[in-house]
Amino acid sequence: MTATGKYLRIALGIAVIAALIIVPMNFNRYGLYILSQWAVMTIAAMGLNLTLGYAGQVSLAQGAFVGIGAYAAAIMTAQGLPLVAALGVAIVLCFAIGWILGYPALRVQHHYLAFVTLAFSTLAFLVFRNEDWLTKGIYGISNIPRPNVMGFATNRPLPFYYFCLGSLALVSLAMWWLIRSPWGRAFVALRENPVRALSLGIDTRRYTLMAFAIGSALGGVAGTLYAPLTQYIDPVPFNLSLSLDLLMMVIVGGSGFFFGPFLGAMIAVLLPEWLRFTQGYYLMLYAVAVMLLLIYSPTGILGILDRYLTERRTKTASALRAVAKSRLETAP
Amino acid sequence: MSNLLDLLVAGLATGAIYALVAVGFTLLWQTSQTINFAQGEFVMLPAFLMLAVMHVGAPFWLAIILGILLSLLLLGLGFKLLLVDPMLRHGVLPLAIATMALAIGMKEAVKQFFSAEASPFPSIVPAGDVSILGRVVSLQSLGVLALAIAVVIGLTALLNRTSIGHQMQATAQNPTVARIIGVPVERMILMTFLINAFLVALASLLITPIYLAKFSSGEVLGQAAFIAAIVGGFNQVRGAIAGGLLIGVVDNLAAAYVSTQYRAAVPLILLIVIILFRPQGLLGRPEERTV
Repeated sequence: MTATGKYLRIALGIAVIAALIIVPMNFNRYGLYILSQWAVMTIAAMGLNLTLGYAGQVSLAQGAFVGIGAYAAAIMTAQGLPLVAALGVAIVLCFAIGWILGYPALRVQHHYLAFVTLAFSTLAFLVFRNEDWLTKGIYGISNIPRPNVMGFATNRPLPFYYFCLGSLALVSLAMWWLIRSPWGRAFVALRENPVRALSLGIDTRRYTLMAFAIGSALGGVAGTLYAPLTQYIDPVPFNLSLSLDLLMMVIVGGSGFFFGPFLGAMIAVLLPEWLRFTQGYYLMLYAVAVMLLLIYSPTGILGILDRYLTERRTKTASALRAVAKSRLETAP
Repeated sequence: MSNLLDLLVAGLATGAIYALVAVGFTLLWQTSQTINFAQGEFVMLPAFLMLAVMHVGAPFWLAIILGILLSLLLLGLGFKLLLVDPMLRHGVLPLAIATMALAIGMKEAVKQFFSAEASPFPSIVPAGDVSILGRVVSLQSLGVLALAIAVVIGLTALLNRTSIGHQMQATAQNPTVARIIGVPVERMILMTFLINAFLVALASLLITPIYLAKFSSGEVLGQAAFIAAIVGGFNQVRGAIAGGLLIGVVDNLAAAYVSTQYRAAVPLILLIVIILFRPQGLLGRPEERTV
């Protein structure tokens, strides 16, 4: 990467962040709700991206972890406890469950793991629906309060959007650090070639469980934001289809790419909204768009970009080589 | 104890339908590494195709024939040519995701073009009860069970007795070797897609009179078939059949004796236990680990 390229990327990054802060200022309530939802789903998808894209384990339970986080937030804040406490509980709970659920990953091959996690998703849904004493069953929990952040109330849509955006920024920074740490490198080594990773002295068992648990915990984090965002939760949003949606977000955005979940969540949350003018056809068009994208580029949107950049780089390199070669040949 | 027989027969009847769906699922996996997350929707659609034909005024038997032909065309040939073939070289996961998108698309299309409400569907088995060993058993359950068993026997005979069946099995076990010994691998793979389309159309015909035709009915069915396929053995046709019957019976017994609320949980717990202790499934061969 050349110096100008680097500055260009930094400038682009600052422009995007500025746009995310400034543009929504005159959005209506619904627009802000959708954008906040994008931020929340990006966090959940980032967790899944760690599990899938970096550690190579397919999980169909991420939606269940969002549900666990959401219920933790709803139940605890209804008791008057602060959201931070719920966040702590959600992280610990999801991390522990993710760790336990990761054990089958060590025993069985990837598609079986998908089914173990699928079973867990459905079990979690049944618990949300049937344990009335805790979750109020199908009636759901309403009037979930929004938190005060350093003395500022976030009841109104705009401050709450900033709260979600800020949380997304914090999670992104933590993730950026994590995948560049020795841990992140170990995750990648694990994905690329488990046997070689083992021979390099990486404890594959521990790192697989770790990736799974951290990814699950991020699902819980997203859940604790989701509950105050909608201010009402019932079991329905956390059924298997949320897990499938999150998986689709990661793949469509580009699994294993840092910015994949951002784009994937944007497509999954915003594209159906943009297609709403087509009325009943919008989810159909969305499904067709996803299929076409996957046929064209199975590595997702960032996969296209990546391919394009690699191609251009090889072209430039071969052009340079050709020039160098012709100079050599014409030299006396 | 008295209604145990009823529960068993009803369980075997739904189990036999799960088995049909699960067999198609394992066939696709074996010959082309396709995990079809839209398999449940594949069962939902043929009933609507048949209803659509009947709306035009055709009699039920013609609707059945046209419905099955349309299923072969759309869910067999169309699915293979338009989605699986372009995606196959990209590996298992993107294809699995694409079938999830396909499931959403199919559900929404039926909801949009047909109806969001559940529609009644005529039964090919007459209503009524018969008396066996002094117990009254519903004719519907018996008919469904008999038809499903006949299809399963026919399919097993096709796979084990005919040369096409042997060629298909060779393709499933090792496409490269099969190609070397002269098996038309491509044609055999297409054949499994057509068989899958036929099986789901038949399952649709058998199950829809019981549960009504609804755009969302594929979710539960697809999941039951996945569980059946894994419990029985992902890489074995007879495993999928056994798994289907087992899940059907366990599901019905759980609803009666455990709790209706956690009825759906019992097969799932069975699934987790089996994956942990016998990941290849009850009747499956262990798959060699490839590095």
